[in-house]
Amino acid sequence: MSVDKQIVAKIASLARIQMGDAELERMVPELNNILSWVEQLGEVDCSGVEPMTAVIPNTLRLREDAVNADPLTGGDRRDDILANAPAREHGFFGVPKVIE
Amino acid sequence: MTNITDLGVAAIRAGVAQGDFTAREVAEGFNANVAAASALNAFIVTTPEKALEAADKVDADRAAGKPLGSMAGVPIGMKDLFATHGVQTTAASHILEGFIPQYESTVSSNLWAAGAGMLGKLNLDQFAMGSSNETSYFGNVISPWKRSGGSNAQMSPGGSSGGSSTAVAARLAPAATGTDTGGSIRQPAAFTGITGIKPTYGRCSRWGVVAFASSLDQAGPMAHDVRDCAIMLGAMAGFDPKDSTSLDLPVPDWEAGLDGNLKGKKVGIPREYRMEGTDPEILKSWEDGIAWLKDAGAEVVDISLPHTKYALPAYYIIAPAEASSNLARYDGVRYGLRDLPEGSGLQDMYAATRAAGFGDEVKRRVLIGTYVLSAGFYDAYYTQAQKVRALVAQDFENAFKECDVILAPTTPTASFGLGEKTDDPLAMYLNDVFAVPASLAGLPAMSVPCGVNSEGLPLGLQIVGKAFDEQGVLNAGLAIEERARFTAKPEKWW
Repeated sequence: MSVDKQIVAKIASLARIQMGDAELERMVPELNNILSWVEQLGEVDCSGVEPMTAVIPNTLRLREDAVNADPLTGGDRRDDILANAPAREHGFFGVPKVIE
Repeated sequence: MTNITDLGVAAIRAGVAQGDFTAREVAEGFNANVAAASALNAFIVTTPEKALEAADKVDADRAAGKPLGSMAGVPIGMKDLFATHGVQTTAASHILEGFIPQYESTVSSNLWAAGAGMLGKLNLDQFAMGSSNETSYFGNVISPWKRSGGSNAQMSPGGSSGGSSTAVAARLAPAATGTDTGGSIRQPAAFTGITGIKPTYGRCSRWGVVAFASSLDQAGPMAHDVRDCAIMLGAMAGFDPKDSTSLDLPVPDWEAGLDGNLKGKKVGIPREYRMEGTDPEILKSWEDGIAWLKDAGAEVVDISLPHTKYALPAYYIIAPAEASSNLARYDGVRYGLRDLPEGSGLQDMYAATRAAGFGDEVKRRVLIGTYVLSAGFYDAYYTQAQKVRALVAQDFENAFKECDVILAPTTPTASFGLGEKTDDPLAMYLNDVFAVPASLAGLPAMSVPCGVNSEGLPLGLQIVGKAFDEQGVLNAGLAIEERARFTAKPEKWW
């Protein structure tokens, strides 16, 4: 499988990365080189093989059912969370107008 | 007395504990080396005051007769992928420039609790994507090493932990943190003649580490020798409920367990790692390593890891796929850069911000990741890669029925000059051909310096161990270190 400029433009739009014509054209051969190289994975007989989901067997834990059990991941951190926001107003993140 | 900045972790800790010198003197010595080495571009931000503050606390604790931590008095470099409270954390990307975390990563927090201090935040490949440290928004890191014979070419310190490798090799820090997703601790360690270990996946908490590929990312120490790595890894590791993949296991005392006698141990030599195109000097160093481990009492056995060839292509599907998902958070809303062209809406802001904030290699990988996860291609690429990954892990499982550790080269070549490989992303990816299989399988693996090539550049040997057996890896590393007697140092030019 290979990509052309139109497909790269579509991927870039899905990935929310603005790209001009020149950049899209530069990306096409670069991505095709990588994609044609990874295509060799198709040679591997994977019948009966389950795709890996966890590299080291581990069980998913439940945290303690308590408010702010760990203050670092608990609540009441509004100002910390907003501290690095490029725009903030009234205790919220500020974004450009979304609804016309 | 020897120069304090020539000392490693164990020697500094002992010297401070015994009162041979103060922690403040150590911090001052390294702060001075850092300040004088801006030509190497190893640091994005320096924090001499943090190093002094931590040192003063250790000196005060010692004077008060309080017990000292395992890293007491040791100033270190912190890869700029770890969130540090109040100190800019960028992942070497423009998109995070100016980001000041309001919290501390678990790993750095553990190190400070053990008595370490911070010299500064180390440069790296942008979002840890790169193998030469040429993708940082803050400029290339330059290796302190030069080719012999008066060559003036600037050499790569490896990547992505290239600031870390340069800082340790140039004695700007006795040790540094690294992270390894597909070789990012081991390859830079090999390129600069230092030692580095990536522990079993889950040993070190990922909480507060800027995410690249979460199923692969693992933090580890980079230092001068095996003992220093054992000490520092002990300080970094430990169960963390804030990371769902953290291992809920006690942290062994790896330093106390160090033993270079390998009698009764079996060392596997994977035949598939004898790849075409591998530098003959690398193959020679591998033969040396085999002889050293035999001399240490180990039995050497031939093993097979049949899916080795497919590990790298599988990695270059899995890692970009996870990256494209992880990096979706950089949207110009919550932190970091915002590019809001006049009159544009939310979607345009996302696209403009990410276009301005991400470097070329990051964009390339996000696009690859988006493509392989997109409807219609997911099974052909991503599911197939995860199946191949399962086979790679199974190869190791089978091999470890016949041996205790595996010995291989760390890299297919020694360091190369900056700019020599930047035109071809694929050629750059091949740097990690020997490192990636252990990453895909989540296994502990380390690089130990074993000599220099005919150009005077360091070479590293890699040891891969069973899951949770960092001790076996460190011990085999120690056996090599004791026999390789690597003493070469870069000549100071910066």
